[in-house]
Amino acid sequence: MPIIADHLTFVYGAKTPLQTTAVDDISVKIEDGQFIGLIGHTGSGKTTFLQLLSGLIKPSSGTVYINGEDIYAKDFDLHSIRGKVGIVFQYPEHQLFEETVFKDVCFGPKNMGLDQKETELKAYEALKLVGLEDEVFYQSPFDLSGGQKRRVAIAGVLSMKPQVLILDEPTAGLDPAGRKEILGLIEKLCRENKMTIILVSHSMDDVAEYVDRILVINNGKLAIDATPKEVFKHREELEEFGLSLPQVTKAMISIKESGIPVKTDAITVDEAIEEIMRVLY
Amino acid sequence: MKDITLGQYYQAESVIHRLDPRVKLVGTLLYMISLFVFNNIFCYIVAAILLAVVIALSKVPIGYMLKGMRAIMFIMIFTVIFNVFFTNGDNLVEFWIFHISKEGIRMAILMMVRLTLLIISASIMTLTTTPNRLTDGLEKLFRPLKLIKLPVHEIAMMMSIALRFIPILMEEADKIVKAQTARGARFDSKKLTERAKSLIPLIVPLFISAFRRASDLALAMEARGYHGGDGRTKLYPLKYASRDYISYAVLILYVAIIVFLGITSARIIAHLTPANSYLSLLF
Repeated sequence: MPIIADHLTFVYGAKTPLQTTAVDDISVKIEDGQFIGLIGHTGSGKTTFLQLLSGLIKPSSGTVYINGEDIYAKDFDLHSIRGKVGIVFQYPEHQLFEETVFKDVCFGPKNMGLDQKETELKAYEALKLVGLEDEVFYQSPFDLSGGQKRRVAIAGVLSMKPQVLILDEPTAGLDPAGRKEILGLIEKLCRENKMTIILVSHSMDDVAEYVDRILVINNGKLAIDATPKEVFKHREELEEFGLSLPQVTKAMISIKESGIPVKTDAITVDEAIEEIMRVLY
Repeated sequence: MKDITLGQYYQAESVIHRLDPRVKLVGTLLYMISLFVFNNIFCYIVAAILLAVVIALSKVPIGYMLKGMRAIMFIMIFTVIFNVFFTNGDNLVEFWIFHISKEGIRMAILMMVRLTLLIISASIMTLTTTPNRLTDGLEKLFRPLKLIKLPVHEIAMMMSIALRFIPILMEEADKIVKAQTARGARFDSKKLTERAKSLIPLIVPLFISAFRRASDLALAMEARGYHGGDGRTKLYPLKYASRDYISYAVLILYVAIIVFLGITSARIIAHLTPANSYLSLLF
């Protein structure tokens, strides 16, 4: 289910003194099974772009094609893509509302019109997928810890079996262990369950390690679209956008500057270790 | 949600905007009372002139002000119809249970004028005063009530917090609606019961977030040493300037004129209009 953004533009408060263009003429094609990182500093238009991609707000101009269909065409039923494009918002645990964890996760599939048995099966699978134990299923979601709540909320979206999963800063406010867990889960969804993933973040470290392709958004415009290694060559440009390189890449650059001839394109800790070993021995 | 423009603060540089909120509060209150105490045409003319001058001074576009009036048009029409048909008096026209009387028409017209003036005067106050200044003004005005153990500062603080949180909660509601929509929730069902049910996934998270924000705010306030109104000073203390005294003078003059007109109008009218002419409908 490829997604194509075609000259997408979104203007807030049109024809008022506060008019701002949040998304400015973005065209991009997202292929099946890709793991994409969407990066931009706060207020760059990332969230608005996501909402446009998933059919939640109408663009001022331009449109989005999902599976070759124009989702903003007049006769297109937006409800039909709800299960297919899943979106996990920032702090998704704020959308929990049911009495038990299990019921909350059932909400999505039930809205898809599935019968009870199928709904419960999907909910169970989703809860297992995010690694929650059976004993929390019938607890109130509000009694869980922060990390658990977030996993319940993600399960609430996964239970609809989306083909494309969009996550807006899924690690915000989690401790390092929680971050790793969530990111590991997302990677598994992409590699094993063959979902297309769009991961939004302003942390280069989060993104560098996992994704195949990075989109950098600045001031509503698509500034860079390339593989992680390519993107991190644009150091000055990134800094201009208020973004920084991954810690590891920065470290490699300082090593090189101190006179040791390492290559500076390492973006994960493992790559960096390998490169240093190569030079040393 | 867009209909809540009635009386929302309108940013502009004008004498009215700069007036002390206490002047505006007292002024609006007196003005409203004056509209209700006397109901004859002369008083209303004077009241309308004063309001016109204030509107002109406030630099708020008249269109913006009238846009807010649309919301209450229904109540207005309702009142007028009721007054026309159900006021007892000398009947001019009669059919079934309805009767249109001279008094009825008179009451209807007066009611309409009165309501219009009332609403515009109230909205002028909120259009030209930020909610914070308004609560500051209220707090200071009601300070004497502390003597009877009324927690004036606390009430004012609650009011300003409530006002401050309206846009935040609206934003929050918008986010939750989108999140639930993405999970396939529908908020546009035609059936009333289904529609009410569909609101649960919106209302529960909204309440929870409101409570969470409230307790966070309470903690943050205490952490910064908030302990109620005693000994608390203001960043922008309210102080009367000369324009405020002038405004009070104008207000007193206005009240005097209204009272004078109200008392003497009966005699003036008797002089002006021969009995039974149609003009006398108005008086």
